[in-house]
Amino acid sequence: MLGKLTWADIPFDNPIEMGAVLFMGGVVAVVLGLVTWYRQWPYLWREWLTSVDHKKIGVMYILLALVMLLRGFSDAIMMRAQQAIAHDGAPGYLPPHHYDQIFTAHGVIMIFFMAMPFMIGLMNIAVPLQIGARDVAFPFLNSVSFWLTAVSVGLVNISLAIGEFAQTGWLAYPPLSELQYSPGVGVDYYIWSLQISGIGTLLTGINFFVTILKMRAPGMNYMKMPVFVWTALCTNVLIMAAFPILTVTLGLLTLDRYLGMHFFTNDAGGNQMMYVNLIWAWGHPEVYILILPAFGVFSEVVATFSKKHLFGYAAMVYATISITVLSFVVWLHHFFTMGSGANVNAFFGITTMIIAIPTGVKVFNWLFTIFRGRVEFHTPILWTIGFMVTFTIGGMTGVLLAVPGADYVLHNSLFLIAHFHNVIIGGVLFGYVAGFNYWFPKAFGFKLNETIGKWSFWFWLSGFYVAFMPLYVLGFMGMTRRMNHYDNPAWTPWLEVAAVGACMILVGIVLQVTQIVVSIRQREALRDWTGDPWGGRTLEWSTSSPPPFYNFAVTPHVHALDEFCDAKERGRIAKHTGAYEDIHMPRNTPAGLFIAVFAAIMGFALIWHIWWMAAFGFLAMVTTFIVRSCNDDIDYYVPASEVARIEGEHERAVALSLANARVAAAVRA
Amino acid sequence: MDATHESLAAHPEHGEHHGPGPNTVFGFWLYLMTDCILFATLFAAFAVARHQFADGPSGHDIFDLKYVGVETLLLLVSSCTYGLAMLDAYRNRTSGLVLWMGITFLLGLGFIGMEVNEFSHLVAEGHGPDQSAFLSAFFTLVGTHGLHVTCGLIWMVVLMSQILIKKNGISGPYMNRLMCLSLFWHFLDIVWICVFTFVYLMGVQ
Ligand code: HEM
Ligand SMILES: [Cu+2]
Repeated sequence: MLGKLTWADIPFDNPIEMGAVLFMGGVVAVVLGLVTWYRQWPYLWREWLTSVDHKKIGVMYILLALVMLLRGFSDAIMMRAQQAIAHDGAPGYLPPHHYDQIFTAHGVIMIFFMAMPFMIGLMNIAVPLQIGARDVAFPFLNSVSFWLTAVSVGLVNISLAIGEFAQTGWLAYPPLSELQYSPGVGVDYYIWSLQISGIGTLLTGINFFVTILKMRAPGMNYMKMPVFVWTALCTNVLIMAAFPILTVTLGLLTLDRYLGMHFFTNDAGGNQMMYVNLIWAWGHPEVYILILPAFGVFSEVVATFSKKHLFGYAAMVYATISITVLSFVVWLHHFFTMGSGANVNAFFGITTMIIAIPTGVKVFNWLFTIFRGRVEFHTPILWTIGFMVTFTIGGMTGVLLAVPGADYVLHNSLFLIAHFHNVIIGGVLFGYVAGFNYWFPKAFGFKLNETIGKWSFWFWLSGFYVAFMPLYVLGFMGMTRRMNHYDNPAWTPWLEVAAVGACMILVGIVLQVTQIVVSIRQREALRDWTGDPWGGRTLEWSTSSPPPFYNFAVTPHVHALDEFCDAKERGRIAKHTGAYEDIHMPRNTPAGLFIAVFAAIMGFALIWHIWWMAAFGFLAMVTTFIVRSCNDDIDYYVPASEVARIEGEHERAVALSLANARVAAAVRA
Repeated sequence: MDATHESLAAHPEHGEHHGPGPNTVFGFWLYLMTDCILFATLFAAFAVARHQFADGPSGHDIFDLKYVGVETLLLLVSSCTYGLAMLDAYRNRTSGLVLWMGITFLLGLGFIGMEVNEFSHLVAEGHGPDQSAFLSAFFTLVGTHGLHVTCGLIWMVVLMSQILIKKNGISGPYMNRLMCLSLFWHFLDIVWICVFTFVYLMGVQ
């Protein structure tokens, strides 16, 4: 009836896991309780759960990412604590069986359920506004994508309470991940959560690609698109090209595990290196999927706060495109030690080094933008400058690893761990946090508290160096990754320093949460009525904050790169006087939420071999989809009079607040 | 599988040339390109496992080219009949559309029936996908194509029922869906030609 599932699968005997489960369950219960207490369910349902509005979907993505950042970081700090104490015969507090799940969960969560949702969330909030569109090309699919990601996060977290997570490392290499060596459900949790969220990501890729290609405001040709839109475009190309490979790779592993096939097994002709090749054919593009939008954010931030146009716009675009293309011909640098021979290794070593060139071009573009600019040191630009220094160091250690000979020594050592955290924290994470601080006022209508934001930045930055520079040293000292305990006393001091660094990052994260809470409480003081708090350059700043659900009352016409800045400088901003037109908008629908919930039921059932439930989940999913496709009433027109009313109301509110501010200033004087 | 055909966009009235229709078909075409990569990956896996017989049979031992030839013929003809169905759709002739679509469906069903039959024989003779890497790759590649065809068949039934129930001819969104399904169906034909060539023709040598 319940497949493999029994009471014994709930870890009552493990106090650490049980504590985490109770804590998470408690938080969820409190949140649900509060929503019920304040009778917010109808509001939540109407405005968020069923929403197809790209701005709200973006906010939900980022909320999800921030929550998962906390979870992923808890795993990280647990590992740092373990390695700081588990030396010279001491076992530490985490047995191997548990420790292995933690590093796997940390990697999986940080990449798939922190970075990806964060990136897609920023894209959701910014891209349609930057191209002057009213929504994405397929708003309903957007909601499906989000909910598929959200339920996958649910599956990963459920694995804490019911069963276990994979103990294989974040890429689940076979033969370890095969049934023979991983008979438990951990790898199955891994497979199904990634498959379900992967479908969501693929749909997002298609959706935003069509959006950017087909829905730009009139006049915005390709070379007038903001750089963030360019990077989003390239990222979506990469998603479309790479994610099917991940789907197949995980699918083949699934067939090995469920139907006894022999793609990657030790016997009957299976080939493990095929898995490793396939997963990295997705995996390397994946790191560019993550970093390109971060580059886009930095480009926007640097130009805005230097009060100059971006230096070398065209070079930036071409560099982005060449990185996109090159990212498909470097995958083998992740396993030079496979033994493919000197020539093959040389080829992939060289292609990897070539990628450093367009990346270097970008760094110089940002530098020259700042050069002789009148830089305003707001929070986003601090993250950007922190990025430029940190990412450059990470890039250099990357080029070092691209030398096959050096890689033979450093492969799978802590040097590698230091390298990729150097680029992924210093590049991806800093970029997203910069974007978060930059676009927050657009999404919510008030700025984030900058004092706390800057403190958070300094703790993150210094914490990063303290936590990860020792790992380079440890790599040279021969310490390999994924170690539960060790007996080399020379390593201990460095690992203790790294643990201190992780604690400094913890302070940074606590400050980030504080920043959000404090800013919400001070929102009246931080309110931005202009819609353009930073003196922005691109179209998203030309509409009010938060934008009305239709984004633009009148579709903008684009004449220049940095259209909004150009319009301001040339005095082209005129108050709209003419009549408004009806606006075509999609209706909200719960279908996306339902489809995803059924997908999760199916995933859970497949993990536990509860076949009837899997069939039910699958059929319910398909049925929901068909029913939805029978509904022809999926869009409507907002009448011009309604648009006029909303716009008028906003104008009055702005006027009132300005008057109030003037009175307040006069009183103070 | 048919995830993208359903969506309808929120369209700003940017000008005349961006209606909902082209976006849907374009989006679906992109999905097919991603599907192409999916199949390419499966082909690559097949290429790696092609000679890994592990004491099991080789392609030469188990493929019956005449049988597969008939299968191929069914699928190719079904592409033609789908084309005829589309001609009727353009002329807004529901009855012709349903007739040709029905024939397409039967041909597709015949194809799937033959494939299931082939598979079940192999399994019954002990040559299931768990016997060798070659058989794993064979079953997976051919089976994935078969699953796609099955999805196409279900999609046909759903779409025909919708058009028949609505009774108001073949309106905009339905035309889009017919277009998408058409792309899908022809795409599966092309994939099959590759399967036939690389798996069967080159496998019997
Ligand atoms: C916030 C501070 C972070 C700390 C303190 C941290 C710490 C660690 C540690 C200790 C490990 C295990 C190293 C080992 O194998 O010995 C690890 C692995 C890893 N981390 Fe992080 N990390 C952090 C952030 C991130 C972020 C932001 C990402 C990605 C977006 C990330 C991705 C990974 C991945 C993919 C692994 C490899 C997991 C595996 O071995 O399978 N980490 N991290
Ligand atoms: Cu790589």
